[in-house]
Amino acid sequence: MSAGGQSTSGTQPLLSARLEITADGFVNVFVGKVELGQGILTAFAQIAAEELDVALDRVRVFGATTARGPDEGTTSGSRSVMHAGVALRQACAEARARLLEAAASQANVPLGVLCVRDGQILDEHAQPRATYWQFAGTGLLERPASGDAKPKYPGDYTVVGRDAARLDLPDKFAGRPRFIQDLSMPGQLFGRVVRPPAPGACLNALDELAARSISTVVAVVRDGSFLGVVATREDDAVRAAELLRRHASWTEPPTLPDQRAMAEHLKSQPVEDLALARIVDESAHADVAKAIERSYRRPYVAHASIAPGCGVARWEGDGRLTVWTHSQGIFPLRSAIAAACAMEEASVVVHHVEGAGCYGHNSADDAAFDAVLLARAVPGRPVQVVWSRDDEFAWEPYGSAMVVDLRVEVDHRGDIVRWRHDVWGGGHHARPGYADIPGLLGDFEANEAVMAPAEDPSFANGAGNGRNAVPAYRIRDLDVNAHRTLTMPIRTSSLRALGATLNVFAIESVMDELAEAAGVDQVDYRVRQLPDERARAVVRAAADLAGWVHRPAGESLGWGIAYARYKNSCAHCAVVACVEAVSEVRVRQLFVAVDAGQVINPDGLANQIEGGATQAASWAVKEAVTFDRHAITSRDWESYPILRFTEAPTVTVRLLPLQHEPPLGVGECAAGPVTAAIANALHDAIGVRVRDLPLTPDRIDAAIRNA
Amino acid sequence: MSDSPAWAGSPLTEPEDFDIEVNGEHHVVTCRRDTPVLYALRGDLGLKGTRFGCGLGQCGACFVLFDGHPTPSCDLPVWAAAGHSIVTVEGLATDGRPSRLQRAFTEEQAAQCGYCMSGILISATALLQQEPDPDEARVREALDRNLCRCGSHGRVVRAVLKAAKMETP
Repeated sequence: MSAGGQSTSGTQPLLSARLEITADGFVNVFVGKVELGQGILTAFAQIAAEELDVALDRVRVFGATTARGPDEGTTSGSRSVMHAGVALRQACAEARARLLEAAASQANVPLGVLCVRDGQILDEHAQPRATYWQFAGTGLLERPASGDAKPKYPGDYTVVGRDAARLDLPDKFAGRPRFIQDLSMPGQLFGRVVRPPAPGACLNALDELAARSISTVVAVVRDGSFLGVVATREDDAVRAAELLRRHASWTEPPTLPDQRAMAEHLKSQPVEDLALARIVDESAHADVAKAIERSYRRPYVAHASIAPGCGVARWEGDGRLTVWTHSQGIFPLRSAIAAACAMEEASVVVHHVEGAGCYGHNSADDAAFDAVLLARAVPGRPVQVVWSRDDEFAWEPYGSAMVVDLRVEVDHRGDIVRWRHDVWGGGHHARPGYADIPGLLGDFEANEAVMAPAEDPSFANGAGNGRNAVPAYRIRDLDVNAHRTLTMPIRTSSLRALGATLNVFAIESVMDELAEAAGVDQVDYRVRQLPDERARAVVRAAADLAGWVHRPAGESLGWGIAYARYKNSCAHCAVVACVEAVSEVRVRQLFVAVDAGQVINPDGLANQIEGGATQAASWAVKEAVTFDRHAITSRDWESYPILRFTEAPTVTVRLLPLQHEPPLGVGECAAGPVTAAIANALHDAIGVRVRDLPLTPDRIDAAIRNA
Repeated sequence: MSDSPAWAGSPLTEPEDFDIEVNGEHHVVTCRRDTPVLYALRGDLGLKGTRFGCGLGQCGACFVLFDGHPTPSCDLPVWAAAGHSIVTVEGLATDGRPSRLQRAFTEEQAAQCGYCMSGILISATALLQQEPDPDEARVREALDRNLCRCGSHGRVVRAVLKAAKMETP
């Protein structure tokens, strides 16, 4: 579940659950977090190499599998280095201590004189006394972690904190098989699923004859409204699925809301309320000089991974099941599959295999379960399912449409006195196992069940709709509330940054207005209201990086700034955007300053921040899922455009590394500040504020007309 | 509403033998005539480097050099490929040595998930063959048919400009 990271069983895991020394000079590292394109395996390798004093290329990080631990829940929420990285560092420090103790005892020398150089254990005269590798297979690490070893002092780091080339990229640039789509197993078959044409549609009638007339088709699977086909050739599986689709009839009730009135729709639904912050100052009222009320909106946003979902499954003759997936959470997926199939978890093994970029809960889990349902028809043979692009756009769970209402009151100097923030949206958590159901698309279809509404992560886990709804600024009287809708006409779940994108957009847009009204520079105004010194430092750093004070003015050129601390507990991030705007916004440059505390791989981190910033710019100026009253209508790259090479901004990142501070999650920190900085820059360029995302020409036109 | 590729629903033909030239070698593949080259490469020849992204010719993940031009292999029937030259990402290296673009992409760490990079490397290869010394605007134009969702655009552009300055191959 989204709590993640902490879900190990009660007893302390063995050190060997996390690492293994091999006789041929390698350290095998086992992690529960998965590579999503963010470079986490490389960061883990750096941590292990650092604590064990071995060269980076001696460390091999294995993909997560339920066949051996550790269970680290879901890889999400920018928590991998904060939690799993810290656990790995502790395990490696302990392993090093145990290895040195064993070497001291064997060589009969005092423990204190020994040191390690690339796995060689040396005495005070630099004479080799032992190696790590001779302790391979001795059971030395078959003991519970005790927590007694002290990890290295960060000032002594030589690997952590330095740039390391990603371990997975050479394969990817050479085109070597590495992705789940590339798996090729003996006897492998190819499956395709025929999804309903619309949410709530049910399969009425089906003529399988045409599909079965293809000689390579080995099974047509129909279970309730779940429909799919298995063939020996992949191209024929695509053909057979198309023939099934043409010969299926469905009931399609109109179940979707009116896209033109989404804010009204969200605010009229039954909701679950969550109070996020409340500070009452009775005296504040007397100091109020001016109040403003604003409303901000965003549409449903798609993950739109460059590859559609893929899954592979094989049922063994004895009823055991093996699954290969690019899911973010192999343990929760195993539980969900076992529940959906009414079998013991112990009979299901789930292996992670890398997929294309993952930005939250996408179709990976559903594709894995599709493979499970199709493979049941062909025991003993692995079935690989790949989704169509059309299904990917129509059926992946989106980041929810949301609306924020803000009322802010300031004193005669323009400083904030009272602040009320209300946010409405669908839930941001519908991962496998949510609402105590499997939560897998194929399972809903097989049972023709209405999907339970998505939940929200708890406040302690950063909330969902309420993520980053509490401003970081000094405010005397504060009232912040989130309202999660309890209906789900359109499937929603976790998309990078969750509710933070809209909340930060709202907060930082209004801050811009307040600064302008107070006649104070945008940077100075924020710095004046921020109580946290690290927050002030990143705002100044972004301004400095962008040359804010001397920024060039120009016809249709605009500059904007925004700040947020992700989840109010992770990395601090400030962004300056430079845009060109006439009838449409062109994002030219983004300057991003980030304080993420301790940094493992600076270049890897910069790469993630650049990517997150570019993706957020794409959301901000282009992206919206579209639909009519029956079905999703944005189902390919023409109806759901994203930023292209000629449109992508130049992104400049400055890290403010504080190696003695704990690492702070960073993967999602730029989304909110980038969105707000672009909108503020748009205002700077053309003098109107657009509060309805995305910032497309029609919305800019509407804002100009209403100004 | 559903957006499926035209070939998937066209009348079924019997499998035939097609002689296609891939990375300088001739191969005979046996498949239906409208099967996209993408499936012949990945399924029949085991060349997994060419990626399926959309099946609609819109994203660039499946680009190959078709007689030197970056072309979506998901949209190219195998019958039309016979008698022409196809180069895939696996064909960019020379005697196992990565091409200058592949080296530059590694030096710049120009990827996050890397799924779109096969197609991007194909487009960039074609660009440098035609224009040895492109400026940034030209690089961006040449890659405009390739989508990257992770946001590696800046690094990719830097890597292509860097490769242009490197010794060939």
